Amino acid sequence: MNTNMIHTDLCIIGAGPVGLFAVFEAGLLKMRCHLIDALPQIGGQLSEIYPQKPIYDIPGYPEIKAQDLIDNLMEQAKPFQPTFTLGERVDHLDKQPDGSYIVTTSDKTHVHCKVVIIAGGLGCFEPRKPVLNNLEEFEGKGISYMVKNPETFRDKNVVIAGGGDSALDWTIFLAKVAKRVTLVHRNETFRGAPDSASKVFDLANKGKIDLILSANLKEVNGNGKLEKVILEDKNKQDVSIDADYLIPLFGLSPKLGPIADWGLSIDKNAIEVDTRDYSTGVERIYAIGDINTYPGKLKLILCGFHEAAIMMHSAFKYVYPDQKLSFKYTTVNGVNAF
Amino acid sequence: MIKFTVEDQEGNRQEVEAPADMGLSLMEVLKASEYPILATCGGMALCATCHVEILEGKDGLGDATDVELDQLENLPEYFPTSRLACQIRIGDILEGAVVKLRGEDVM
Repeated sequence: MNTNMIHTDLCIIGAGPVGLFAVFEAGLLKMRCHLIDALPQIGGQLSEIYPQKPIYDIPGYPEIKAQDLIDNLMEQAKPFQPTFTLGERVDHLDKQPDGSYIVTTSDKTHVHCKVVIIAGGLGCFEPRKPVLNNLEEFEGKGISYMVKNPETFRDKNVVIAGGGDSALDWTIFLAKVAKRVTLVHRNETFRGAPDSASKVFDLANKGKIDLILSANLKEVNGNGKLEKVILEDKNKQDVSIDADYLIPLFGLSPKLGPIADWGLSIDKNAIEVDTRDYSTGVERIYAIGDINTYPGKLKLILCGFHEAAIMMHSAFKYVYPDQKLSFKYTTVNGVNAF
Repeated sequence: MIKFTVEDQEGNRQEVEAPADMGLSLMEVLKASEYPILATCGGMALCATCHVEILEGKDGLGDATDVELDQLENLPEYFPTSRLACQIRIGDILEGAVVKLRGEDVM
């Protein structure tokens, strides 16, 4: 067995509110959790899309900001020492002869677990891609949709496309690292943070970056790896730029992704579950939160919390096959940390 | 009730009927009509997964708000006719409009 294997009782796919609360419910039953999320931070869509938006239907909170709810859930889960793999997408679930699973991510992280819990919300957030003919040919060969290690771009010619905060922020950052940064944006102005936008204009005025406005990506070329990015400028003329890297930053969009290939019963991009315990049709795989569906399903955080509690009591038998589960209240027993 | 036309990603057109007085958004009506629209953020103009083009009948709708433009202008593809369906209220003004779905595929 791989020595770099992470061993845990439960592997939770998705570190959004429901995945985090599942850690707490699992902890009460002495089950340890490892969580994996495609996003680089915990919190799922709450942290990624609307961290500052108030939520009004969390029991006990007349109003709570999305990010505050995530922070609280993390605090609540802390006694049970969850571990995380972030910024990696789960690609495979492999059943072992003893019924346990090995979960493998896009970056080849392996997690050995007794039970898999899919709390993946709407799927994994993946970068929106520009519509270019031979885009895929250069993915990983000069085109990347996120900046994982800025050093990759040291002394290279980098083209960044987009006009939002991340395009502005990375332009400012990489201007200090790359040989040359060219920022391409389809409009004349930026809608990102005004402070970042003025920094970008300032860098362009000082000749430290190339700023090409009212232009669109048209083509990518190269021989085995990216060499040129062709733009169409405001006069509909082609502009060719030498480029070692192209970083298109057009935001993220959720996709069901590999989940569709795991042999689960899927209806309208959601996993069908048995409402007695939110199990899927495959033994030891459960689905909770927005990713599941059943008659009467409501996609609400509070419903996901309920599902997490019920499902943990069912998963217990796989983690402690020889023990009888006795139901206890936290008011009586408290929260016994690991 | 009002009627408008929806063109799906494959270019098929179909007429959709919706109540004009229930305060529904175009996104909600499209979802209820089983069109494949994610609407990840639930209608807060924060995710752009309900991106549509208003091919006919755009003039009466008024301009997109700043929040809406923030999302639209960040998409890889964006057109002068682009709107977020969640920001359009169903009303008499949509009678006879033609809406083309632009939201990305869900899978």
